Amino acid sequence: MSMLKVEGLKKSFGSTTVLKGIDFDLAKGEVLSIIGSSGSGKTTLLRCLNFLETADSGTITVDGNVIFDDNTHKLKDAEIRERRLRFGLVFQSFNLFPQYTALKNVSLALELKLPKMSKSEKKAELLKIENKCKELLDSVGLSDKYDFYPCQLSGGQCQRVAIARALALSPDILCFDEPTSALDPELTGEVLRVIKELKNSDRTMIIVTHEMEFAKNVSDKVMFMSDGVIEEIGTPEEIFENPKSNRLQEFLKKPTF
Amino acid sequence: MSTSFLDVTLKLLEGFEVTFMIFALTLVLALPLGLIIAFGSMSKFKPLAYLVKTFVWIIRGVPLMLQIFLVYYIPGILWNITGLSDMTSVLIAFVINYACYFSEIYRGGIESISKGQYEAGQVLGMTKTQVFFKVVLMQVVKRILPPMSNEVITLVKDTALARVIAIPELLKVAEDYGSQALIWPMFYTAVFYLAMVGILTLLFGYFEKKLSYYRV
Repeated sequence: MSMLKVEGLKKSFGSTTVLKGIDFDLAKGEVLSIIGSSGSGKTTLLRCLNFLETADSGTITVDGNVIFDDNTHKLKDAEIRERRLRFGLVFQSFNLFPQYTALKNVSLALELKLPKMSKSEKKAELLKIENKCKELLDSVGLSDKYDFYPCQLSGGQCQRVAIARALALSPDILCFDEPTSALDPELTGEVLRVIKELKNSDRTMIIVTHEMEFAKNVSDKVMFMSDGVIEEIGTPEEIFENPKSNRLQEFLKKPTF
Repeated sequence: MSTSFLDVTLKLLEGFEVTFMIFALTLVLALPLGLIIAFGSMSKFKPLAYLVKTFVWIIRGVPLMLQIFLVYYIPGILWNITGLSDMTSVLIAFVINYACYFSEIYRGGIESISKGQYEAGQVLGMTKTQVFFKVVLMQVVKRILPPMSNEVITLVKDTALARVIAIPELLKVAEDYGSQALIWPMFYTAVFYLAMVGILTLLFGYFEKKLSYYRV
């Protein structure tokens, strides 16, 4: 059964139609890379999945549960918050909370989700959260940076904290919006390595990226978007070795700096 | 009235007490009121936003001295209300005036926080209130500290306007020595203002330093 099924997703901003009907599905543990030139709708698609934009129509089904359809806008905020947690999102510009340490960045949302309870219970829960978050930071190679503030970390380290932060909420599907675009070239490697490790641990992921080599290496599926539609979708070999459409052929010919 | 240095100092200290009262009460009341006005001017309900913005324009566009006169005289002229004490009139005028200035500082601070901070909170499942109080607020505080410090220091000296309705604040007390052909108490008041502004400057500097562990 597919982990994620997206059907007929459409989104317009004013008179500009950014998504013109997107259909695809993704199995559990699969990694999908989305490529395409800027303005093709990649980021908007990701933002619709994460409820940062509300799609105009279409359905999103995760693990057999419809989490978005035409009735979603009638839902209460609390219900939407619950549903959006099926997805995690790592931003291009990290968006870490500058006033908190790396550890607190990862743990904050979990702490805020704790229901009301007695002081001693709360203490135990907070300790559990702290340990979980430390493990997450360990897993992205930041075991020595728990107490560092974002401004004391390099871009690559910040992005790894952001990945740990997204993982803390245990999303079914983790999305990345150009996770290395804001990084110096020598720092992209450490972030891509972390993403690759996540793939090895069977995480379902969607990655919007300009790193063609990486997309080729890490993906099970590659989607090429152009002008608000999926121009081509297939295995990395199909997309990169045997591109069928003219637009994809043109796109792949462009030199990447 | 004795004019020895000690007696003048004691008299001026009495005036300073009034000055400090106006300053402290204005601050305590205008800081929260300013936040409410800021939310009003940022409201998505446009008529409210325009109404609040117009109000802020009027308050910031008219001399504070005139506003003190208005609050002092208008209730009596229009509705025959005479119960307001001088101090109350002055406080109403000061609180409204400073709340409007503060509201613009708050607005600037809140709007300067990047959309990404809100979105990061949202995708982590936080409520709007949690995002504001746990994510945005501390960043806003850090951003607005320098302009706030400026405005608060201005308030120290604006308290002298209360003398237009004969409130015995620091400068008024000193001025009254003029009737005895005594001019130096006027210049002496500068010491009081300078001391107070000096302390405030140190205080704000301390807070800024306290918050320097992160960058926004």
